[in-house]
Amino acid sequence: MRELYTPNHSAVHRIDARVKVIFTLAFIVFLNLTPSGAWPAYILFFTWMFSLSLSSRLGIAFVLKRSLLALPFVLAALPLVFTGPAPLGQIPVLNTPSLTYSVVGFYRFASIAIKAWVSVMAAVLLAATTRFPDLLTAFSQLKVPALFLTIIGLMWRYLFVISDEVTRMLIARTSRSATAPGSNRSGGSLFWRARVTGGMAGSLFLRSIERSDRVYAAMLSRGYTGQPAAQKTTRLQKKDLLALAAGVILLVLLWLLGVITGG
Amino acid sequence: MLFSPINPMHIPDGFLSVLLSIVLWVISVVLIGIALRKTGQTIGERQVPLMGVLAAAIFAGQMLNFSVTGGTSGHLLGAAIAAILLGPWPAVLVMTSVVAVQALLFQDGGILALGANLFNMAIIGPFVAYALFTLLMKLFKKQTWGLFVAGFVAAWSSIFIASLACALQLALSGTSPANIAVPAMGAIHALIGIGEGLITIGALAFIFAARKDLLKADANKPARNIGVVVGGLLISLVLVVLSPLASSHPDGLEWVAEKHGFIEAAREAFYNIVPDYSMPGISNPALATIVAGILGAVIVFGVAYGIARAEKRPSAQDDAQR
Amino acid sequence: MEPVIEISNLSFSYPDGKQALEGINLLVQPGEKIALVGANGAGKSTLLYHLNGIFTGSGMIRVNQLELNKNNLPRVRAMVGLVFQNPDDQLFSPTVYEDVAYGPTYQGLDPHTVREKVALALKAVHMEDYAQRNPYHLSSGEKKKIAIATVLSMQPQILAFDEPTAGLDPRARRELIDLLLELQQTMIIATHDMNMVEQLTPRTILLNHGKIVADGPSLDILRNDRLLMTNGLI
Repeated sequence: MRELYTPNHSAVHRIDARVKVIFTLAFIVFLNLTPSGAWPAYILFFTWMFSLSLSSRLGIAFVLKRSLLALPFVLAALPLVFTGPAPLGQIPVLNTPSLTYSVVGFYRFASIAIKAWVSVMAAVLLAATTRFPDLLTAFSQLKVPALFLTIIGLMWRYLFVISDEVTRMLIARTSRSATAPGSNRSGGSLFWRARVTGGMAGSLFLRSIERSDRVYAAMLSRGYTGQPAAQKTTRLQKKDLLALAAGVILLVLLWLLGVITGG
Repeated sequence: MLFSPINPMHIPDGFLSVLLSIVLWVISVVLIGIALRKTGQTIGERQVPLMGVLAAAIFAGQMLNFSVTGGTSGHLLGAAIAAILLGPWPAVLVMTSVVAVQALLFQDGGILALGANLFNMAIIGPFVAYALFTLLMKLFKKQTWGLFVAGFVAAWSSIFIASLACALQLALSGTSPANIAVPAMGAIHALIGIGEGLITIGALAFIFAARKDLLKADANKPARNIGVVVGGLLISLVLVVLSPLASSHPDGLEWVAEKHGFIEAAREAFYNIVPDYSMPGISNPALATIVAGILGAVIVFGVAYGIARAEKRPSAQDDAQR
Repeated sequence: MEPVIEISNLSFSYPDGKQALEGINLLVQPGEKIALVGANGAGKSTLLYHLNGIFTGSGMIRVNQLELNKNNLPRVRAMVGLVFQNPDDQLFSPTVYEDVAYGPTYQGLDPHTVREKVALALKAVHMEDYAQRNPYHLSSGEKKKIAIATVLSMQPQILAFDEPTAGLDPRARRELIDLLLELQQTMIIATHDMNMVEQLTPRTILLNHGKIVADGPSLDILRNDRLLMTNGLI
């Protein structure tokens, strides 16, 4: 498992994490509020995210590739193409019979796919340009409860350790998954394979529960009292606020453009 | 290795209507708030590292797989085992941490859609699992096999019921017709649920052999979470009844989603403010598309040019930061 | 005699581009016991993982005359038993019996044969009485022996160990070394435990930055302080 954050010295990296969190959320909300078929607005939303990705210097291939992650889910919207309202178009399939599709349904489907794609781009950009501790601090300043952030912080701290553990367990299992000499069948029954995997999960959870005992002891030895350490809150700088306001106004304008041109 | 088991239940952004997303965000936030309060009251500070580390274990444990057939494989999702090991409210917090971090940092599920994903996987999942597990354990009382039957049913239902909720949300958003989404999602997850159930049996068998005490702890105080049990059963009942209804009357759902949706209403109101689409300059959608395309290309070119310039001579500010 | 392992010109780099092995050439005769030494990150574990096809680099590996490729991976895995550093990664069943039975069961052998193989494997590590115990609660030394039994049940000709004595108390360590001296299989042991090397493995291979820098009699290498110093072993 690899962390998505990519250290770089770009302007996007340096923006206050709170501004990025709020802007990303606003961007996704307004993009999704835009009605279907608002192609000009989509082009500009995409351009905006694309330019931000460019100026973050993450490498555009990285962002585009990562953002295709939502693609498999597009299948869920595919039926729209065939079940949408009239007018119906026809795709000739080997002359006759031909496949009918709904034009409106197709527009809706394409709109959903584009929105999903550009939204993921925005999320990738946030995750790749903001260090996780900064994100946590931003959330705490945005009034997300401390207990919750403590849990997430601990989870992040041990996620990579434990996923290495899982990788080693999987490797150990693979190395014993063999075929006997002169035999062609192997694998055991499906039920048995699933149960073995369950055993691995059980062992993983027990080890983690016992690890949490040690983590607790270590936290106590460093003065943990059950209260999360007080975060010092810095106020947003004026230029950050201005940038955020300008960004949101631009988003509203794009949305209006979408409402006017969309169907 | 970038890891992301393709899970058809993490809804990305773009697939849910904004209104539904916000409603589900509010519901999830309220319930998670209750979970935070309950957890803060009933358990000691000792549980905080336990929840954090177990959240990491469930996140990482989702990599554990077994091959089913021809390249497909079964995975663990973990809501049920979390609810069985920790009780319902801490399980809600653990699953919330997992689902939220997956969305924020790994783009497994959207950000606007996170409210819905939390509702399905971090609330419905543990609630349904806990309700059925508690009920069946009461029924089978002393038998050891009862533990495994209850575990299997709890795990299977946590997946299946959550997938019904997911399908109904897609249908309500007008993204996927209910008569296709509900049976498709339901069928896929009925199978995925079997994998989840079998893995949960294996995990319970291991824990039962090694640390029986962990499975006994919650049985002593079942009365405390009676609300969760009732809630979980109600959710299951409503979704199981509603889903076939919705899929046999897809037009009804569509009608609700489209004709009476808040967004449609808002847009219609807006059209009245800007009569006849007569914005100067962009009255023609085709022309607007072309203009937007050109504008976009210019902006991208400008940014790329700016970066190329900046890279030629690194600014003093950049050097100062290093 | 034909070599039981034959490696020629093996190189491997991790997906992130880090070169882990470079131009490895190695011949192992049947019954040899070989130590693989080198500082952390020298490539010891990476090399072990190649014997079992967990990693596949460029170059050629032959185990028992069988060239390692995708098609015969499952067969090679039956010939090479890999014992991991942390037995907890290898033991995941409610009982010791089920853990030792994993390999034979996966091979699709009939239940009677599986039982026989498990009994033999447990006997070989002197743990017959532990069959119905839960592996999670055993001591490190006991877990280690069970982990060895889990690969012995597949009757491999070659055993590959990743730091077998790490984390064991002195007695468990001595018992483990005694056990390894008893077992007749060809062994390749990645380790930092130089005393064990002296007692157990006549031949030593020294790795540094993914390359073999020395290959010869253990006693010669262990006495060459300059060699050990430059390769981070003193």
